Amino acid sequence: MTGYIPGFDANLALDAILLVMLVVIVAAIAATHRMLSAVILMGLYSLVSAVWLVVMDAADVAFTEAVVGAGVSTIVLLGAILLTRGAAAKVSGRRRFLPAVLALGVGAILIYATLDLPDFGDPASPANAYVGRAYLEATGNDMGIPNVVTAVLSSYRGFDTLGETVVIFAAAIGVAIMLGFGERAMADRTIEPLAGGPADHHVVLRVAAKLLIPIIALYAFYVQFHGDLGPGGGFQAGVILAVAVILHALVFGLKDTMAAVKPKFARGVAALGVLLYAGIGVTCIVNGGGFLDYDHLFPRHIEAQIPDWILGPADPAHPHHWGQHFGIMAIELGVLFTVAATMVTIFYGFAGRSMEAPQPGAPRSGAA
Amino acid sequence: MITFEAFYAAPPALTAHAPALLVVGPLIGACVAALSPNSRWAWMISVGSTIFAVWMALCLAGEVARQGVVNYYMGGFAPPLGIAFRIDALGVMMALLVSSVSAAAALYSGHALDAEVRSSKHTLFQAGFLLCVAGLLGLVSTGDAFNAFVFLEVSSIGTYALIAAGERRDRRALPAAFNYLIMGTIGATFYVIGVGFLYAATGTLNMADIAARVVTLGDSRMVQAGFAFIVVGLGLKAAMFPLHGWLPGAYAHAPSLMNIFLSATATKAALYLMVRFLFGVFEPGSDFAYHFMAWVLGPLAGAAAVICSIQAAFEKEFRRVLAFSSVAQVGYILLGLSIGTTAAASAGFLHLLAHALMKATLFMAVGGVALHFRGRTLDDFAGAGRDAPWTMAAFATGAASLIGIPLTAGFLSKWRLIEASLAAGQIWMVVVIAISSLLALAYAGRMLEAIFFRTAAPGAERAKEAPLGVLVPLWILAGFCVWFGIDASLPESIAIAGAQALMGGRP
Repeated sequence: MTGYIPGFDANLALDAILLVMLVVIVAAIAATHRMLSAVILMGLYSLVSAVWLVVMDAADVAFTEAVVGAGVSTIVLLGAILLTRGAAAKVSGRRRFLPAVLALGVGAILIYATLDLPDFGDPASPANAYVGRAYLEATGNDMGIPNVVTAVLSSYRGFDTLGETVVIFAAAIGVAIMLGFGERAMADRTIEPLAGGPADHHVVLRVAAKLLIPIIALYAFYVQFHGDLGPGGGFQAGVILAVAVILHALVFGLKDTMAAVKPKFARGVAALGVLLYAGIGVTCIVNGGGFLDYDHLFPRHIEAQIPDWILGPADPAHPHHWGQHFGIMAIELGVLFTVAATMVTIFYGFAGRSMEAPQPGAPRSGAA
Repeated sequence: MITFEAFYAAPPALTAHAPALLVVGPLIGACVAALSPNSRWAWMISVGSTIFAVWMALCLAGEVARQGVVNYYMGGFAPPLGIAFRIDALGVMMALLVSSVSAAAALYSGHALDAEVRSSKHTLFQAGFLLCVAGLLGLVSTGDAFNAFVFLEVSSIGTYALIAAGERRDRRALPAAFNYLIMGTIGATFYVIGVGFLYAATGTLNMADIAARVVTLGDSRMVQAGFAFIVVGLGLKAAMFPLHGWLPGAYAHAPSLMNIFLSATATKAALYLMVRFLFGVFEPGSDFAYHFMAWVLGPLAGAAAVICSIQAAFEKEFRRVLAFSSVAQVGYILLGLSIGTTAAASAGFLHLLAHALMKATLFMAVGGVALHFRGRTLDDFAGAGRDAPWTMAAFATGAASLIGIPLTAGFLSKWRLIEASLAAGQIWMVVVIAISSLLALAYAGRMLEAIFFRTAAPGAERAKEAPLGVLVPLWILAGFCVWFGIDASLPESIAIAGAQALMGGRP
């Protein structure tokens, strides 16, 4: 793609600018000893990579990177900083030597192998010519949805996505085992809500949050149910929904949020999401297919009863794939449940502990 | 294959979906355990789902005996579009190992959790444990390189948290878990980078499909880099010497349930995946794979068997001795595999089974005594043989097998390894195995000496006999250690079938 100026490739220039930015940010992260700067820079890194992924036409991945990398993980890391010392310990030069050599070696191997990689976007490269192309050609016939990424994610490789959802569920369990659910914060009577009193400086914040939270939640559901057609799906929607809850907690106080979305409820929903996903798979087995074979989601006589108007009149050559449509919708819902509930659980775990953390500058007792 | 025939009579509807249900059973169990109201319920769900997994693994064993290889297409999409489970005799061996050890560990956990983990966390702990089980079972069943990564992560994330849960008994569990988290994440990242290169080179993620296409590529840099990243990444996960630094701490300070389960299964599953790549994906005939096995894998395995045995001999803490010994034993298994013949691989797999059995026995015996006893070092265990004779007798059985005393499972597997290295003309391997066995005699001897021949210091905390709920699974494991030493036809036929499936008819 050449731009308007002869000899000037705008895409290449953009790539170069973004990559240089990424390198600079990484160098800054490696150089800084202050955890706060490192975390902010990591958020920035995710944001720039998201932009770069958009440039590379990977909109779904960019979306995830933006909401997870730049959004939620920054919040969680900030919570972790509150619980720890704000600065990294100095490491002596000699102890840095071996890691530096190893990192350079790995980098050298990466560059060595990259020289053989096919050009970016090369239609004849194995990845594009073989399975990638097969997906593009088969999706229309197999499931009749326009977003091939969603088709691959939730149907062709739906088993992987089940695994990824389980990984997220495992993260919720891990954080809950180690940090708890923030029950201590809920039981703690000393934490007063910010609202009301004469010292309330957060009026603007609260009003803005009140306006924003419903819109954020609504947007989450748009992203959720629009996943068949455009970028989006359960992962992104789940994180966005969790952000609505987290924003509420940040502005109105953890205790109020925990009264609305109980920690136990969040944990249960995380498990229910995986159960829903795996349950859909088992339903397919019960109705005569393989695991997660959505074509067998409904027994035949029920599938025949589904009225056409739900998805509009069917093209006689391509009948609706009801099982695929509903199966994908259901498992995406499972992903939404697990992701949103896990993010909230993790946030509760960290934020609940932050309440007990020593104030900055206060002497620490028994630091390891 | 004769031994699998006993399982022909499984219900056909279940057998057809056994590959999926093997993994999904514990997975659903994990969700239900997380939702269950109390510790007792979670424990029953844990035991129920692991026994279900054993049953499914047995169904699969029957199917494999009948068909040779079981293919199962997830979502009904054949590879390369979809994800396929591909289970052959080797996969069945691992599935049987993981599921049966997990069932023994789950039975044991009923008592152990009360002593070691805060009761408010029991339901979550069981859920995490079942996720680990599901992850490892998926890892050994899948025929898809990326799907294997997903299951590697499922099992690992649960493992990190469960190791950290040992902090109530031993605060060092926290740094150990963090260490493992960092190393494990690096390992998993390396693995996925390697898979990425292979995908760029071949355009597919199905392992058999990658294998078919890699052959046509010749000396591609992407394939070489992919090989390097995958081997190093899985080497980290499998605690291959010298990438084993995370293991002693993680094993020694974890709750005893995780000790038992991890030492018998986790590193073995990573090893299994590496073997799949070494022999199934990268053709062993190719230059770099051959040189790697002869010049890197073999010597490193030998070094592990000797150096880590020396480290074990100088350790003071009971569990750390056993953990270092585990790294050394992984060395034995890799020695067998590095020779590259079917006989040597089957000897390696036999040792894998024997080691899983004896380490589970040893850790369960130590854990059983430690339920009411805070002892950690060899000195703390002085006189334990008198205070807890049944538990410590099982420990002695396991230790005998670890040394390789005749009439125990460990003897035969070492014997087969020596036979295979002699047949391949690798005399140095025989020397390594002999030296390492002497060292095993030294460190196991120190433990046994403390337990049986020393008396407890006056006023010291005394060990107590493990409760019946622990003794039963413990003695089942110890019984297998002896049975397989006397009549090894069952494990040996499984190991030989596994090696033949892996090598595909090569000598």
